[in-house]
Amino acid sequence: MKQLRKVFRFYTEGFSSMPKWGKQVWLVILIKLFVMFVILKIFFFPNFLKTNFKTDADRSNHVLENLTDIN
Amino acid sequence: MIEGLDLALVNWSRAQFALTAMYHWIFVPLTLGLGIIIAIMETLYVKTGNPEWKRITKFWMTMFGINFAIGVATGIILEFEFGTNWSNYSWFVGDIFGAPLAIEGILAFFMESTFIAIMFFGWNKVSKKFHLTATWLTAIGANLSALWILVANGWMQKPVGMVFNPETARMEMTSFWDVLFSPMAVHKFLHTTSSSFVLAAIFVIGVSAWFILKGRDIVFARKSIVVAAIFGFLASIYTVATGDSSARSVAHDQPMKFAAFEGLYNGSEGAGLVALGLISSSETDPSNENLKDFTLKIEIPNILSYMAFMDWDAFVPGINDLIRGNEKYGIMSATEKISRGKLAIEKLKAFKEAKKAGMVAQADSLKTEIMSPDFQKNYFSYFGYGYISDPHTLVPSVPLSFYSFHIMVVLGMYFILFFLMALLYTLKGKIHKHRLFLKAAIWTIPLAYLASQAGWVVAEVGRQPWVIQDLMPTMAAVTKISAGAVQVTFWLFAIIFTTLLIAEIKIMMRQIKIGPKSEGGPSHV
Repeated sequence: MKQLRKVFRFYTEGFSSMPKWGKQVWLVILIKLFVMFVILKIFFFPNFLKTNFKTDADRSNHVLENLTDIN
Repeated sequence: MIEGLDLALVNWSRAQFALTAMYHWIFVPLTLGLGIIIAIMETLYVKTGNPEWKRITKFWMTMFGINFAIGVATGIILEFEFGTNWSNYSWFVGDIFGAPLAIEGILAFFMESTFIAIMFFGWNKVSKKFHLTATWLTAIGANLSALWILVANGWMQKPVGMVFNPETARMEMTSFWDVLFSPMAVHKFLHTTSSSFVLAAIFVIGVSAWFILKGRDIVFARKSIVVAAIFGFLASIYTVATGDSSARSVAHDQPMKFAAFEGLYNGSEGAGLVALGLISSSETDPSNENLKDFTLKIEIPNILSYMAFMDWDAFVPGINDLIRGNEKYGIMSATEKISRGKLAIEKLKAFKEAKKAGMVAQADSLKTEIMSPDFQKNYFSYFGYGYISDPHTLVPSVPLSFYSFHIMVVLGMYFILFFLMALLYTLKGKIHKHRLFLKAAIWTIPLAYLASQAGWVVAEVGRQPWVIQDLMPTMAAVTKISAGAVQVTFWLFAIIFTTLLIAEIKIMMRQIKIGPKSEGGPSHV
């Protein structure tokens, strides 16, 4: 428990005494992660096979169909 | 499905992947190389106890932190694209890529949350040696993280250690060690990381040159240049060596790519290396717009044969030999490969139909046949050729491959000279007098990025039309979605990544202008 508190304090002190550039890049990181995981992933990049097929067998069959349909 | 594919969809999907991969690669090499340089600088601080080395380490650590933070997670976008735009491909390779990418994810997570935190927050809180260990582990961790991605890429260039299971429509790993220690993957990892070290060393020298030109922080700049020049020189020599072994791997496993980046149309014994060349706009073969002759070329005899096979007189196949085949040298024609590929697809189709019709015994027998080592070696290894209707489409863009390769090589040679000059001028204590060199050092930074990007163009454009060498062409890998949707996300990415790059450059420039700080605040020694 004492160790955990020490680790927690290490991080909180680190973040609170961060220089200006550190705060700026953290802002960039947070905006970037929000754009990537909340906007891009949900609205623009659904996993095609996971979204359209329920089981792995269905996904295999779909890919097999695509791979063999060359005419 | 394949025949009905919209070419615009394939091209936009490729353009989107290329854009995101190239932007991602702007951030990665600096992280890989600068991590090691910082660790060396901090080692000097711990060994000598000289506070100047601590000041130097802290400044470059700031550069590392900015680059790392802006670039972190940009690679995840590539994984989004796999799932949306390249679903056939991602399913096909899922079993192979799962293990290396999972290891990469876990490694990156532990590295980012633990050692980087100690690196940045741990000054004066943990012992010097513990801090140094964290710095080294961050640098090594970043490079090991790259290893798994490059193992996956190496597998795409030379698939090994797997068998295709028609039941799951997936490549299944039979040997993790074959995948990990495939010569293609090993060479790719060593060449990519060593070239990243070169880029980072140039970055350090270029930025330090700016300080000297401004007459600021001279001691800091000179010490930084000495470390970066020695490290960069050794890394650039090693990059030449790994590039050489990489080229040998390519000549063996991807002869078409090798012929394309050398602009070799007709193979020969004792083939010469085109050191410099200018490709004309006229075609040597009217049926293929990729085959353009040289307007001008400077060729060194026999070198290409030696480079490819370590034999001055060995036969190096040209593009035409690979398309038409060459009985004398045992090279199978593209037409023969296409017919074997079509047979493999037909067999898979028969399996699919038997399974669908509930003919269990027939399906099982076909599955056994497809998975047999003999079928995998003689037919399934040409599976991707079954999608090819015109053998000429097997030739990648020769001008793009040729120029990218030669830009990379020429710049690589320049970098060796650059490091030597930087070291010589600095050790003689006269670097401040060579203002032209200092200005050139700043301009060498974008050249290092150009060489690094050109390397990836050689690797990725050169292997077209394959997404997985010989097994899956790009057109069979793509998901049938709207080309318009891909176009929208292409521009979206272009905006996001450009914004990130501008943010990185602005934040970095501001920190460079502030300069290295003494423990009490900014200092201009």
